[in-house]
Amino acid sequence: MKLLTHNILTSHVKGVTKGYPLLIKATEVRVNEVEFNPQFVSRMIPKLEWSALVQAAEGDLPSSLIQDYENNEEFLRKVHRVLLEVEVIEGCLQCPESGREFPISRGVPNMLLNEDDS
Amino acid sequence: MKLKDLESCLQQVDVFEDPKVLLEQYPTSPHIAACMLYTIHNTFDDIKDKVVADLGCGCGVLSIGAAVLDAGLCVGFDIDDDALEIFQRNKEEFELTNIDVVQCDVCSLRESAFAKKFDTVIMNPPFGTKRNQGIDMEFLKTALSMATTAVYSLHKTSTREHIQKKANDWKVKMEVIAELRYDLPASYKFHKKKSVDIQVDFIRFSPT
Repeated sequence: MKLLTHNILTSHVKGVTKGYPLLIKATEVRVNEVEFNPQFVSRMIPKLEWSALVQAAEGDLPSSLIQDYENNEEFLRKVHRVLLEVEVIEGCLQCPESGREFPISRGVPNMLLNEDDS
Repeated sequence: MKLKDLESCLQQVDVFEDPKVLLEQYPTSPHIAACMLYTIHNTFDDIKDKVVADLGCGCGVLSIGAAVLDAGLCVGFDIDDDALEIFQRNKEEFELTNIDVVQCDVCSLRESAFAKKFDTVIMNPPFGTKRNQGIDMEFLKTALSMATTAVYSLHKTSTREHIQKKANDWKVKMEVIAELRYDLPASYKFHKKKSVDIQVDFIRFSPT
C-alpha cells in the first residue's frame, strides 16, 4: 500500500462519522525506486490531505506546505518518495474513531467489513 | 504505443485460475482491454499522469494496461483474495511501480469514501446476472462519485436506455464510444455452448 493510496482511504465502519485518517501500524515497509515525475507530484499536492500525509510520513515532511513548492525540486522529490516509493507491506490500518483494525497483508489493505461493523 | 503492441503486452497478463460464478468473474480479453485503454489514452488523454481507479479489477488487466500507458498511479479495487493474489503476481511480473491495490466491497463503500479522489475510473463491472441485479448501477454510482474527469465502463447494450435515464437523473453526460461484442468462452462447468456473444457498450460518463 502506497501512502498516496493511504491518503485516500477512509474507514466506513457503521456509525463512524470521521473514519479518517486511518492510523498506520506497519510491521514491514519497503522503499522502491519509482520514476520521478515532478509535474505529477506538483499536481497531486493540492488534492492531498496534507496533515494526514505528514502523519504517515513520520517526520520526513514539513507540517505545512512550503511556498512555491512547484519549483522546489528537492521538496518535490521528498514528496514523491513519500507518496509513491514507500510501501507498507505488512501491518494494519486503524480506524481513528472505532479502533477497528484493517489488516495489510502482502501490500494489500483489506477494507472488508464484517456483519457487525457494516 | 500501437494498439497491437498494447494488446500483445496484455496477453501476458495472468487470468483467474478458478473463477467464482457468483462474483461474475471472467477476464476482460486483451483485445477489448487494449481497445478500451487505447481510446481512453489517445482520444481523451485520461490515463497518462493521471490518478486512475479500476473498480472490480479482478486479476488486473485494465490496471496493468493503464500503468503501461503511464498513469501517474492506478489503484485496483476488488473483493476477492484469490483474484488479488494474481493481481499482485501480475504487477510483479510486469515490474510496474505505478500500481496499487485495495481489497474492499465496492457496493458497500459509502458515497463519501473516495469522493473525487481520482481523475479517471476505468472498469468492467459485473453485469448483475447472478442474483445480484442492479450491481452494475451500484458500481457506476460509486465510480461517478470517485472520478473528477470521467468514468469509462462496459455495460450490456440491452441496458442502454435504462442507464441513459439514470445518467440524466444523476446529471451526468453519457457517451457510447463503441459497441463491442463480448465473446465469452465457456468458462464455467454449467455453460452448454462453446462460447456466447454478448453485445456490450463501451461508455464514457462525465460530469455536465
